Amino acid sequence: MLLIHCPYCQEERPELEFRNAGEAHIERPKDIAAISDEEFEKFFFIRSNPKGVAYERWRHIHGCARFFNAVRDTVSDRFVTTYKAGEPRVEVVRGEDGALQVKGAAQ
Amino acid sequence: MADIAHATRTEALAGRAGGAAGVTLTPARPANRVSLRAGSGEAKSLSDALGHELPLSPKTSVSNGKGRIAAWLGPDEWLIIDETGDPLEELGKAEVLHSAVDVSHRNTAILVSGTGARATLECGCPQNLSDRVFPVGSATRTVMGKIEVVILRTGENDYRVECWRSFSDYSFALLSEAAKDCLA
Amino acid sequence: MSGANRIKGKGRLTPARTVRFSFDNQVLTAVEGDTLASALLANGVHLTGRSFKYHRPRGMLSAGPEEPNALMDVGRDAVRRTPNIRATVQEVYDGMRARSQNRWPSLAFDVGGLNNLASPFFAAGFYYKTFMWPKAAWKKIYEPVIRAAAGLGVAPTEPDPDHYANHFAHCDVLVIGGGAAGLSAALAAAHAGAEVILCDEQAETGGAFHHETDAKVDGRPGWEWAQAVTAELRAMDNVRVLTRTTAFGYQAQNHVGLVERVTEHLANPDPSLPRERLWQVRAKRVVIATGAIERHMVFANNDRPGIMLASAARTYLNHFGVAVGAKVGVYTACDSAWNAAFDLKQAGVSVPAIVDVRPDPDPELVARAKELGIEVFAGQAVLDTSGKLRVKSMKVGKSSGGSTRDISIDALIMSAGWTPSVHMYSQSRGKVVWDEASQRFLPGRNVQDCVSVGACNGVDDLREAVADAAKAGHDAAIAAGISAGAAWTAPEAETGTSWAGSMMGSAAGAGTNTTVKAFVDFQNDVTAKDIRLAVREGMHSIEHVKRFTTNGMATDQGKTSNIHGLAIAAEMLDKPLPQVGLTTFRSPYTPVTFGAIVNHSRGDLFDPTRRTPMHGWEEAHGAVFEDVGQWKRAWYYPRAGEDMHEAVNRECRTVREVAGMFDASTLGKIEVVGPDAARFLNLMYTNGWDKLQPGRCKYGIMLREDGFIYDDGVVGRLAEDRFHVTTTTGGAPRVMHHMEDYLQTEFPDLKVWLTSTTEQWAVIAVQGPKAREIIAPLVEGIDLSNDAMPHMSVREGKICGVPTRLFRMSFTGEAGYEVNVPADYGEAVWKALWERAEPLGACAYGTETMHVLRAEKGYIIVGQDTDGTVTPDDAGLNWAVARKKSDFVGIRGMKRPDLVASGRKQLVGLTTKDPNIVLEEGAQIVADPNQTVPMKMIGHVTSAYWSENCGRSIAMGLVIDGRSINGKTLYVPMPDKTIEVEVTDTVFVDKEGVRLNG
Repeated sequence: MLLIHCPYCQEERPELEFRNAGEAHIERPKDIAAISDEEFEKFFFIRSNPKGVAYERWRHIHGCARFFNAVRDTVSDRFVTTYKAGEPRVEVVRGEDGALQVKGAAQ
Repeated sequence: MADIAHATRTEALAGRAGGAAGVTLTPARPANRVSLRAGSGEAKSLSDALGHELPLSPKTSVSNGKGRIAAWLGPDEWLIIDETGDPLEELGKAEVLHSAVDVSHRNTAILVSGTGARATLECGCPQNLSDRVFPVGSATRTVMGKIEVVILRTGENDYRVECWRSFSDYSFALLSEAAKDCLA
Repeated sequence: MSGANRIKGKGRLTPARTVRFSFDNQVLTAVEGDTLASALLANGVHLTGRSFKYHRPRGMLSAGPEEPNALMDVGRDAVRRTPNIRATVQEVYDGMRARSQNRWPSLAFDVGGLNNLASPFFAAGFYYKTFMWPKAAWKKIYEPVIRAAAGLGVAPTEPDPDHYANHFAHCDVLVIGGGAAGLSAALAAAHAGAEVILCDEQAETGGAFHHETDAKVDGRPGWEWAQAVTAELRAMDNVRVLTRTTAFGYQAQNHVGLVERVTEHLANPDPSLPRERLWQVRAKRVVIATGAIERHMVFANNDRPGIMLASAARTYLNHFGVAVGAKVGVYTACDSAWNAAFDLKQAGVSVPAIVDVRPDPDPELVARAKELGIEVFAGQAVLDTSGKLRVKSMKVGKSSGGSTRDISIDALIMSAGWTPSVHMYSQSRGKVVWDEASQRFLPGRNVQDCVSVGACNGVDDLREAVADAAKAGHDAAIAAGISAGAAWTAPEAETGTSWAGSMMGSAAGAGTNTTVKAFVDFQNDVTAKDIRLAVREGMHSIEHVKRFTTNGMATDQGKTSNIHGLAIAAEMLDKPLPQVGLTTFRSPYTPVTFGAIVNHSRGDLFDPTRRTPMHGWEEAHGAVFEDVGQWKRAWYYPRAGEDMHEAVNRECRTVREVAGMFDASTLGKIEVVGPDAARFLNLMYTNGWDKLQPGRCKYGIMLREDGFIYDDGVVGRLAEDRFHVTTTTGGAPRVMHHMEDYLQTEFPDLKVWLTSTTEQWAVIAVQGPKAREIIAPLVEGIDLSNDAMPHMSVREGKICGVPTRLFRMSFTGEAGYEVNVPADYGEAVWKALWERAEPLGACAYGTETMHVLRAEKGYIIVGQDTDGTVTPDDAGLNWAVARKKSDFVGIRGMKRPDLVASGRKQLVGLTTKDPNIVLEEGAQIVADPNQTVPMKMIGHVTSAYWSENCGRSIAMGLVIDGRSINGKTLYVPMPDKTIEVEVTDTVFVDKEGVRLNG
């Protein structure tokens, strides 16, 4: 069971309180009714499923009930960071020890 | 229409009692409850309307010691429990943007008390309930076994477990089972 | 006397405290504190089971959790019985019944032992190669025979009468293992002020002090020191000491699963105690102090009963006071077996010989052996053994040939050195590294917040181990955020036992020919030659070798065999051992009961059962319930003599002729509040909500982004900024989640909030011509007249003196109401309504009647008539899709080419030519019944009922282009007949819809 830092509750809480909600930073087109089939396909069906850095949405459904974003290393299962919904994508880099860290963060 | 008999209230856990050495389980008295939603910027005005401070820090609650508790459940969400007054009516006077929904009957509560109270809860609650991170006054929505609950720590060895009405059977049964092992 | 082999004055048990147990129906005496293994050995029993594949006689190999042989069926009665219990771990209690396994008809004479004679045919890979042909024989012959012969124990068939508990626990420092290192670490962490949990799988802490009696810590014998430290730890408020507790799974972020065996050692356990406790520990730091496990020597016939690990024999002697034999031979590559021999000799046991493969063992040991009168064979090997049910002799000689000596023995103890127990470290996802100097795998970089100390970290010297561990414990406390308390110094230790020397793979005597059985993996009957064969057959990775031979794949996970297997493979491949690789250790470390994993979630607690406020009344009135998700819903109310069909027919008729009452409380409800409430609903539903006036309601359809129907329900507008949304019973939580998702992440600027009110309101549907007459006298403050409160309206007022949200709406096609009252009033209001309804001739009806009545009207049920691939157009609900909106969830998805193309399945009505035949839901529909199989299926039945009101059966189905073939005949082929049906529209009763407004 993972521990997940909820950016709203400002502490790590057990995974049982959370629900994964798929890939993050996929914005629903503002003019969705007007987009082409190809654009809809890209928006709705195509997901990156990376090995390594994954941007995910989680919901603290049995806690504060907020959706938020997380960066996780799918190789180690480790969370690099979590941040509130609506905040810009947090860039991460892989350190010399192989672990991901937030870009620019103090070592 | 004066001859209409007033419907009587049937509480979900009426007549239940439980516990074991170290802990007692008691259904809480009926209470008025409001699910209050508003931006944190409106908390001050809403606190004024309620005459009761709304907590702004995660996992905290404010009790007036007279049966009213306001618990922080999320950044724009509070659960107000009141055993005597009617917070919904008071909030009706507030003019700031908010949502107040009566959930008095949606929830029911079990009071878990005694030296084994914390251990009883730990059978099903994965959160750390130790004094360091869950001191008296703490309140949180979390899970208990297979259901969602709100746990309020109301005293050194006293907890209030709120759950939805139809889950109270499960909740009471699970806590009763856990109570048997609370002194482990 | 508790067994002839008990040595007076030896061991730590109290001889006077005897208990009686049975083994294969023979009643034996043991001493409190005995394991089943030590008790059997005390009684001279070595033969404890038959091996898995060859049914060879086997005895105890070890004195601990690594045991591969002595697996037994242990219990206290017929119901409390567990197979495959390791006798070396299970403590004896009064009245215990133990039985050997995998033998027939008896342990001493076993027919399956014929496999041993036929063993040339049972080499590694035998099963993969043999049962290939003919194909048909697999199912009829091979599989049943193999299945009957496979497996070890027999699972009980009765439900487990015991209960199990779960505890989530949080601590600063978890110490796994209560040996010298673990105790030192725990003590240091505890003194620093950390919250500490210390667990140990044995009944008592002390680890290797169970066998090593020549060690001292802080000036005291190791065992005494360990017990004193344990007592000190137990007395501290910040420490929890858990014995008989195995750490079996090291999961992510220091989440470690422990299982505590609470009552399995007690004769008469308090029934309130759980049999086992699962501890789900979340630790800031973990100190792994799991010690090391001794390896056996791999040589010919090394599996006879009486042949065991040297440390095990030493444990039986020094802890349990049991001599494992009267004439004990020793075969070793490691110093520590010598100390075992010395202890045995000094206890009065004859030790004729120590055979050490090393040409020049430590002269001090040799001198000591001579002094004690033990013959030493240095640089020699045990080439073979004899003895059918117990070892009788060993053949000693040089591997290079020459003369051999047969030495008469009744037990043979052995040591190939010690394997650090890196299981927990490996489970934490750490990668072990090969230490060339000490020739073993050791923990490498720590991937989680943990540290390995003591023997599991390759620190064999006791002095160094306790010092390292104490520092690690102290550091762990500080790393966990403790500002260290009193300064504390590490214990000082000294030991008389050296663990130097080891060998891996087959020793001299394992032979290279193909007939010798030198066992590597006892539990799965894997021999050295099997591993050689695997390599010769092309398995070059240890992962392949493992699967081909099943080496290390038994329930002991190769605790004694993995390294030997690896070394033999490496030798065959002529590669350095680390290049062949080590398989990863997986959770659980040792088998864990399902009971512990399931713990509280059994019986009534398996899943919550949700009941509505009116459940008690329904039960009292004879309702039969059906499960709808977690809910119990009244299905139908049979009267005396009625079957389901008759009850439902009566209910259906009564509702249309008089009225009926239905418990609709389980319907999901969401209160949508805020100035942007209507805007939000515009986005969530296909319908438009701007023009809906307060006091009115409307049927809404919710799509997913892909354009398929997700949910539906009636939405009432209570005020400009307040809506009462209903959802399907099953859809309530996911609809809430779906709406929150869009609100929080796509439309966060909308000023609106959602609150689940499903359980705030009990809902009583009163439907039928007399509905108004029933409710009217009880309602206050609401004008119920048709003009004031027409179909699809909502009012707030009072009923029976309590607040109500009164909906005029219908899922039956009749005029009717849905009375919402606060849940605790539900039962009382229902009773008050029933008191009015019953004299008028109305009935209570259940979900089955509800289904029939709605089908008569062609109202869909999401999830029954739709399946996640149905669009509003497919369902004939285009009228509910707003044309003028520029956005709602699903607006683009439903315009995808495939969703607007012709040839889609559309919802239609179906009437059977024979009105008495009720179709089967799910049945396939074809156009031509005479085509060849497989037929082209053009649709399927979604709903089908007997309609008492129509006097015939009715059905709905999804059929390709169904609406364009109204009136056409189609066919439903069933196993016994083909049913003719006519395509119709979906409304069977009151097509004009006049009854709604009655």
